[in-house]
Amino acid sequence: MNIFKKIILTVFTSLFLISSSNAGSIKIGTEGAYPPWNSKNEAGQLIGFEVDLANWLCIYMAADCTIVEQDWDGMIPGLIMRKYDAIMAGMSITDERMKVINFSQGYADEVAQLAVMKGSSLEGMDTPSGINLSLGGSNVKSALKTLTAALAGKTVCVQTATIHQNFLESGDVGSVTVRTYKTQDEVNLDLSAGRCDAALAAAVAFTDYAEKSGKPVVLVGPTLSGGAFGNGVGVGIRKDDTDLLKAFNKAIDQARKSGKISELAIKWFGFDASM
Amino acid sequence: MDLEFISEHFPRLLKATKLTIELTSLSLFFGVFVGVFFAILRTSKNKILFFISYYYSYIFRGTPLLVQIFIIYFGLGQVEWIRESFLWVFLKEPYSCAILAFTLNTGAYSSEIFRSAFETINKGVVEAAESLGLNKINTFFKIKLPIAIRQSLPAYGNEMILMLKGTSLASTVTLLDLTGVAKHIISTTFRPVEVFIVAGSIYLLMTFIIHNVIKLLEKKYGY
Repeated sequence: MNIFKKIILTVFTSLFLISSSNAGSIKIGTEGAYPPWNSKNEAGQLIGFEVDLANWLCIYMAADCTIVEQDWDGMIPGLIMRKYDAIMAGMSITDERMKVINFSQGYADEVAQLAVMKGSSLEGMDTPSGINLSLGGSNVKSALKTLTAALAGKTVCVQTATIHQNFLESGDVGSVTVRTYKTQDEVNLDLSAGRCDAALAAAVAFTDYAEKSGKPVVLVGPTLSGGAFGNGVGVGIRKDDTDLLKAFNKAIDQARKSGKISELAIKWFGFDASM
Repeated sequence: MDLEFISEHFPRLLKATKLTIELTSLSLFFGVFVGVFFAILRTSKNKILFFISYYYSYIFRGTPLLVQIFIIYFGLGQVEWIRESFLWVFLKEPYSCAILAFTLNTGAYSSEIFRSAFETINKGVVEAAESLGLNKINTFFKIKLPIAIRQSLPAYGNEMILMLKGTSLASTVTLLDLTGVAKHIISTTFRPVEVFIVAGSIYLLMTFIIHNVIKLLEKKYGY
């Protein structure tokens, strides 16, 4: 009986110790499958813009951080279930997500764009080089009209639960057939296999894939931002974790001022995506 | 449990159940033919036919269904000559790739079930049929097959249930079956618990129906 009691006591104390981890230790969740934002190297270690940035933010916060992997479609539920305390996974700040979690100020922003295989009929679309859906105006309207006409009856592939899926299902470009995939890798595979007429994701995700695979993937149509695409990428944090939110905001301020975000963005994206 | 939330999304889940039923029944339908065909090959005295059947069942029972569906969908899609052949009309679609993977998978398991059912047939019964002057084809369809079907009912009912649950992997190749739609709803509402409980209950209900139909058949055709 005594041993039994001891075991129970030990289990409970250790559970308590794990759950009440001190304020200085933060678990950050990332996908590890969305280069160049976050991905894995051949040795299986997490790398990418956000992994580097997370480490720097933790230095500014004087916090002890661990970065953990989580599949994209379970990212927000995982945060709410306390598997980790913050999300840094190329997650754009949108109204829809703000209903369930908080976001820090944005640390980087980057446009979305359609991609097709070379030789596609969608190449050479006559649109401005970029539109911001939040601004509206005749420019945006006519560009959306061109996109609607070009995409009619086409199959467009996206990663599930992304701003790109939301945009295609918002009706802004009519009713396209949307195919959703668990990872961006699978979107890229099916685009190059010819199962998708086009794919939509962060423009850098396609340039990164084209570069690494050597496949003739080309970007078409205008770069897209604003509206369903949200307001930049920020750190996702639970609603009740206001102290952590403040700490992240402060650290991001610091990283921006010191030029660290720009430096890392140029290293990973090839251009300054900081905001 | 938030009943309002559930009733709001329930119709979509119910609609997706149609695709799940479709995938299950089509795969089982084709799978029976594949299964019986390979079970017959297994009893063949021809060594090549025997080995084809043996290794077919060995490979498809020895690898995960998820791997099979990925190889058929993503793997074959990367091979250029397949994309340029007539096969691509069929393999381009996730729907037909899923049916193909499920059929081959359930075919492998069914072939084992049917094989063992054929093996349990008493030699005396076959000899009696022959002595009555039945030819080989008649013996097979009128004597062997009915006995084998009855023998394999319990195990095959189990396989039907496994296949029903296996179709949830169709969502990994972009199909919006029950699991696919459940994931889709979660991706916009971020509420996995309620959605998966409802989806799970629908699966449970379907399993319940299969289970009882098999039980009835067993009673009807039992000894």
